[in-house]
Amino acid sequence: MLELIVISTLNGVLFGMLLFLMASGLTVIFSMLGVLNFAHASFYMLGAFFGFQISRWFGFWPALVIAPLLAGAIGAAVERYGLRRVHKNGHVAELLFTFGLAFAIEEVVQIIWGKSPVDFRVPPSLDFSAFTIFSTNYPAYKMFMLLVSILIFAALLVTLKKTRIGLIVQAALTHPHMVGHLGHNVGRIFMLVFGVGTALAAVAGVIAGPALVTQANMAGLLGPILFVVVVVGGLGSLPGAFVASLLIGLVQTFAVSMNGSLSGAFGPLSPDYAATWLADIWNVTIAQIAPIMPYVLLVLILIFRPMGLLGTRDT
Amino acid sequence: MRKLMMAAAIALPMFGTAAIAQETVKIAYIDPLSGGGASIGEIGLKTFQFLAEELNAKGGLLGKKVEIVPFDNKTNPQESLIQAQKAIDQGIRFLTQGNGSSVAGALTDFVSKYNERNPGKEVLYFNYAAVDPVLTNEKCSFWHFRWDANSDIKMEALTNYMKTATAIKNVYLINQDYSFGHSVRTAAKSMLGAKRPDIKIVGDELHPLLKITDFAPYIAKIKASGADTVVTGNWGQDFALLLKASADAGLKVNWYTYYAGGTGGPTAVKQANLNHQVFQVGEGIANLDNKPSQEFEKALRAKYDFSLFYPRAVNQMRMLAAAADKAKSIDPIKVALALEGMEFDVFNGGKGNMRKDDHQFFQPIYISSLGERTAKEPFDEEKTGWGWKLIARIDTAQTVLPTTCKMERPK
Repeated sequence: MLELIVISTLNGVLFGMLLFLMASGLTVIFSMLGVLNFAHASFYMLGAFFGFQISRWFGFWPALVIAPLLAGAIGAAVERYGLRRVHKNGHVAELLFTFGLAFAIEEVVQIIWGKSPVDFRVPPSLDFSAFTIFSTNYPAYKMFMLLVSILIFAALLVTLKKTRIGLIVQAALTHPHMVGHLGHNVGRIFMLVFGVGTALAAVAGVIAGPALVTQANMAGLLGPILFVVVVVGGLGSLPGAFVASLLIGLVQTFAVSMNGSLSGAFGPLSPDYAATWLADIWNVTIAQIAPIMPYVLLVLILIFRPMGLLGTRDT
Repeated sequence: MRKLMMAAAIALPMFGTAAIAQETVKIAYIDPLSGGGASIGEIGLKTFQFLAEELNAKGGLLGKKVEIVPFDNKTNPQESLIQAQKAIDQGIRFLTQGNGSSVAGALTDFVSKYNERNPGKEVLYFNYAAVDPVLTNEKCSFWHFRWDANSDIKMEALTNYMKTATAIKNVYLINQDYSFGHSVRTAAKSMLGAKRPDIKIVGDELHPLLKITDFAPYIAKIKASGADTVVTGNWGQDFALLLKASADAGLKVNWYTYYAGGTGGPTAVKQANLNHQVFQVGEGIANLDNKPSQEFEKALRAKYDFSLFYPRAVNQMRMLAAAADKAKSIDPIKVALALEGMEFDVFNGGKGNMRKDDHQFFQPIYISSLGERTAKEPFDEEKTGWGWKLIARIDTAQTVLPTTCKMERPK
């Protein structure tokens, strides 16, 4: 039992940190531009595919640096030449723009790399088990993923809170006009933030690619959960996104490890139910509904605490 | 002018297909070519194309060229119906599909209804891999033919072998959460319960179909349950990733599977270092002592970089040719009637027959394990150096299970 708890915690934290890498960019972009970037998960996918391609040519470590830079550059270009123009037509246009962009990116990825998964492997230098607890091996690569996520989180926090750039970004989040009047180029800050946000998603893509599956529908699999993270954490709140990411990572991982069901909790109250359609609901285990748990959380949060866990304003 | 162009745009492709349809027999291959099922869907497609070439080299179907037309259904029943309609609109009269019993269920219904409403334009549905028993029992249809042994037949064979493996004490079931996965777990529970009441089922897991990219949480759970044996019907990515996660965690158990040989499966087994600890039940393996199938395997491997995962597809295509010859027609109804009750020398050796009552094909079933090879096993899998070793062969007669099918035949 203890073994299960420890391993599940590790797995949950790992998944949570991956989510955070992506959600951090998304939430900062939202608070600045006021637009939910539907294409955000697509940059995660781009990161994974760039990472795959570059690691073929130059190896994994260069890929870890170059792929996010490339994706970030594309992100910045999207903001500069796409979103900024669309912005004139209002929020709905922006939303539709990113929505369309997500499909376009998926299609392009399919054209270049095909529809089936690509063979993106863990680099040999990290392909061993880091340690063994309770006779379960924990892969070194997963520890590496965790480490990278934590490092980036720390770097992000320091940059935002302790540096001049961070101060300006924070100011631009809430008072863009004032920042503009003070002589800062708000447009460039927006572009920078969009670029960095998408680059972070790409980092997540590069490190998740070998561990999970690199394929053209990976954005679709993770995209919806990102929005759950951002809404549950509170739109625009970085600490909120952090808490929500970990929460969702842990909830999903632990739900899988649980076997409880309604019939287990209350016993088969009435044997008559066994033959009816109710039997299905009665016997569903928590593990089976694990994938929908984040969305249940999303609905509940929107009803009872619309500003999110750590958010400051209503959505 | 614009009207004329539009009329031409609509009319030209129609003339085109009509003209081609006379020289070729098209078979619509409706399976996943994107998403989680794509890795096996593509291999199925290439296998069928290879088989079509084999038929064409021998003169095709009654002199007509066979062509496989791919349709991507994304492993989605809804999408499959759209693709099936698209295929029919192109004049295709033969559909084949295999991945996903949920898809197969929808397709059977669709084809039955379509044929009822469109007499004279009937289409046939050849199922090469969807093994939910329902398809040849409650939901059976005259228009549906299945070449793979259904899930109950496979489980019967598997549990007959497990009965003799006395080391098995604690069994964990992990399956995909849809009709096929459900039928595997139900059959496993009832058959193991009857044959080995001393075995304890320590876990019974269902997970979403082709959506999980990291099975680590599930592996942690299997490990915590103390299981020594896992039974799974997982296929495609769901099997490869399950084994990959178990390799990462260092889980050492015996695996009893339906589809360990699918794309990525053998690689993951080798990575987990489970030498002859992963068993598979199926209608054939490359390393059977049977010359024609070994020759075929060599030819396939020379052309593609994968091994034959679908011996049943070979039976299907060759029987289609035999049925067309027998009926002297490629009219779907006549082909269907010719197929019913047909005796056939199956690809991997031995006799098989297409039961008239429910259109289930019966054939010898093999249990094999993956691991290091001896001189008797010439073929390895996915360049791992490991290959399938024959463990047990179950003759056709012993695989026959009763059916509840009450088939409605065309009048």
